[in-house]
Amino acid sequence: MRYLSLTDSDQEAMLAAIGVSSIDELFQDIPGKVRFDRPLDLEPALSEPELVAHLEELAGRNAHTGLELSFLGAGIYDHYVPAIVDAILARGEFLTAYTPYQPEMSQGVLQAIFEYQTAICELTGMDVSNASGYDGTTVAADACYVAKHVTGRTKVVLAEALNPQVRQVVKTYAPGFGLEVVEVPHTDGITDPDDVRKAAEGAACVIFQQPNFFGCLEPALDLAAVANDAEALAVAHVDPVSLGVLEAPGRYGCAIAIGEGQGAGNYQSYGGPHYGFIAMHSDYIRRMPGRIVGETTDTAGERGYVLTLQTREQHIRREKATSNITTNQTLLALAGLAHLSWLGPQGLRELGETCMSLAAYAKERLGLPLVFPDRTTFKEFAVRVGHPAQEAIRAAREQGVHPGYALKRDYSGMEDALLVCVTEKRSLADIDRLAEVLAG
Amino acid sequence: MKLIFEKSQAGRRAGTLPSYDLPPAEVPEELRRGEPPRLPELAEPEIVRHFTALADRTFGVDTGFYPLGSCTMKHNPRVNERVVALPGFRDLHPLQEEDGAQGALELMWRLQEILAEVCGLHAVSLQPAAGSQGELTGLMLMRAYFADRGEAQQRKFVITADTAHGTNPASVTMAGFELKKVETDARGNLDLDDLRAKVNEETAGLMLTNPSTLGLFDEHIEEVAEIFHGAGALLYYDGANLNAVCGISRPGDMGFDIVHINLHKTFSQPHGGGGPGGGPVAVRDILEPFLPAPTVTRDADEFRLDYNRPKSIGKVRGYTGPFGVFVRSYAFIRAYGPELRRMSEVAVLNANYMLSRLRSTYGLPFERLCMHEFVLSARNLKRDHGVNALDIAKRLMDYGFHPPTIYFPLIVPEALMIEPTETEPKETLDAFCDALEKIAKEAASDPEMLKEAPHRRPVRRLDEVKAAKRAIVKYGFDQHPDLRGERAEGETVEAQKGA
Repeated sequence: MRYLSLTDSDQEAMLAAIGVSSIDELFQDIPGKVRFDRPLDLEPALSEPELVAHLEELAGRNAHTGLELSFLGAGIYDHYVPAIVDAILARGEFLTAYTPYQPEMSQGVLQAIFEYQTAICELTGMDVSNASGYDGTTVAADACYVAKHVTGRTKVVLAEALNPQVRQVVKTYAPGFGLEVVEVPHTDGITDPDDVRKAAEGAACVIFQQPNFFGCLEPALDLAAVANDAEALAVAHVDPVSLGVLEAPGRYGCAIAIGEGQGAGNYQSYGGPHYGFIAMHSDYIRRMPGRIVGETTDTAGERGYVLTLQTREQHIRREKATSNITTNQTLLALAGLAHLSWLGPQGLRELGETCMSLAAYAKERLGLPLVFPDRTTFKEFAVRVGHPAQEAIRAAREQGVHPGYALKRDYSGMEDALLVCVTEKRSLADIDRLAEVLAG
Repeated sequence: MKLIFEKSQAGRRAGTLPSYDLPPAEVPEELRRGEPPRLPELAEPEIVRHFTALADRTFGVDTGFYPLGSCTMKHNPRVNERVVALPGFRDLHPLQEEDGAQGALELMWRLQEILAEVCGLHAVSLQPAAGSQGELTGLMLMRAYFADRGEAQQRKFVITADTAHGTNPASVTMAGFELKKVETDARGNLDLDDLRAKVNEETAGLMLTNPSTLGLFDEHIEEVAEIFHGAGALLYYDGANLNAVCGISRPGDMGFDIVHINLHKTFSQPHGGGGPGGGPVAVRDILEPFLPAPTVTRDADEFRLDYNRPKSIGKVRGYTGPFGVFVRSYAFIRAYGPELRRMSEVAVLNANYMLSRLRSTYGLPFERLCMHEFVLSARNLKRDHGVNALDIAKRLMDYGFHPPTIYFPLIVPEALMIEPTETEPKETLDAFCDALEKIAKEAASDPEMLKEAPHRRPVRRLDEVKAAKRAIVKYGFDQHPDLRGERAEGETVEAQKGA
């Protein structure tokens, strides 16, 4: 077997040293009845060239965004991933290290996480970020858990214009957390602060998305304000790519900022692995789930980095921990840090503006009725195609174009609504092509 | 070394984007960003140098031996990185229609089938993002199962071993159950008398790692299963140590009803400095209706996502799970085929060989053969020379090794938990054992030198107390405190645990 170094003579010497005569004897503590007495029913081993050929065949049956001209977004985005990201992630030291329990072995990865935490705090306007969460859905459940403990309340309010994937995950976690979930419907594509005001009474937190799932800009300042009036934590689910253009949640009264990091540095990868981010006001630092890296000094007085505030965590606090999280998403978060460093503040602003301008061009070029005509949108917008959106998608894909996401999958009254996403990777000619295809 | 933010110079940049002659984006004034985020401003060469320097200050399995117990730090085959980067996988959108994702769905379906066979169970959900989330999902399944039987109020307690990973009790709380702990007996098995006294009609289930975190297979596992099933409760298998038993003993055959599998341990997803992971859950048929939606199903030659699961606990993560992890793990398993058993055999052989070499120098709490890992105690060195497990760990760094897991499991004083994995050659195992033997001699001859270790790393021992007290968790730009010159004083020794 090509991943094993053991030779026959090694095996002989090792068995002799142990004092047994066969490998089977090593398993003598396993009761006979629970020993597995046949070979595993798996397909035969593949050599490396065969393995690559097999996986190429599987990969070849997927309509990826290099094959279809894609306007699909709805939470996962086809943004450009810079070449340096691939180069940095290919470094074996980053790729094959584990959680930095022994800081003297892991200063590089610890410093990278510290820099990532800094970048997330800068983007969101918050005081403290953890080392990353699983994805943009689970960080919402984490935020609810923090809010429950901070406020002592058990109701959480979700805007219906929050990504349905996020809402579904919060609802799955809610029974175990002892939480009741209340959803506030959207009004013409945005969340009405007056509706939130009523729902937020006695709530632990209010979670809304900016820009929201329809691509519309929410009245974020008012939403945060009504949450704060009710002494519920205001939680904004934000797109990192928007934060060069749109205000940071920390600057308009939010207690917690969360989001899906994928658009910053990660490929779409059929939904993962990606990273979620969660950042909050310093008051809640001891309720933060997951790993946090902090700065300190060594015995020679030199600066260094360690995992810190570990008394929040499962390996110390066990059943009283702030979360059961062990693994975070370091490698994906590192990709995020590399991408954000590549962009810089100017590049991040240009990226947001470019997406927004291209989307505005697309809106006009498509010439289709908008589902929410009065709204300002970011990089996505919803149009009515005049017949079931899923049919429009099928017809367009036959011509090599994926025109977007059928909102009917999550919202009633949206039979013919198509959510179109435009990133910096789509050119004017690409958008013209979409218009042509959708015009039939 | 400077932070990337400290290398930043206003006006520099790396990334460029296409520009179009379009009207500028219009953002309502109150929503427009006021102060720009202070992201680093560097040209590409300096970014590359920065991250290269950080990589140089990081130790991975690629760098050397990494016997971190319970974390299964095996070699990560590079062909897996090649195939995961195929555009058909890497650039596939998760909401692509099913007919445009047949290859991805087939891969997931095949992986589900493989994991069901390895675990000896009926159905699999690949969705959970990590082992800890797999645990939580497993407990949610228990909860849904009992709710369906009208026993939700009654089944309040989940039992864990005193050797359990910290994630087990934490997951119990997050899933809304109450915790009961059961003790370990003199041979390192669950104490059956203690167990019988604690299991009753209020018990929802057991969470157990087998082999345990002591590296020992529970010799009474059949009786344990009878006790729980007899009380109408379920058994949950923490798959952290599955690397010991693939093709040798299956959790389903041991009597477990729910299993989570750590794809980043047993099936070689690289650990990435602390993630990503993958934590699929396999279950017995009675629990299949409750699995997260969607699952991947096969309908003749077509693969589909099945969302129509009325009893499902819901979604635990976005989309269908960490797909890239599935690609790597699938490729890893296909490289072995039915010979996957050999992987576990060699993992167990390597661990027992090291144990046979080290048992005369360090304390062995349980006189048994081990499985894929073993736990030694440095209590003698502490008693005789004042040298503790932490000192030994730090000194191992000077010999070029990553230390083992220390101070875990909690029931072994001055614990050193060593897991070599199957991918290490005998020469490396010998070199590590030589180092541990030398360190035991150094403890007698020069204990102070051990207390000051490491001597050959980029930093000396770091002050964790100060880090927790000051809580400097981001760069403060012109407000950033300068700690240099403040020497480390106290150092906490806290439980240190992987998994």
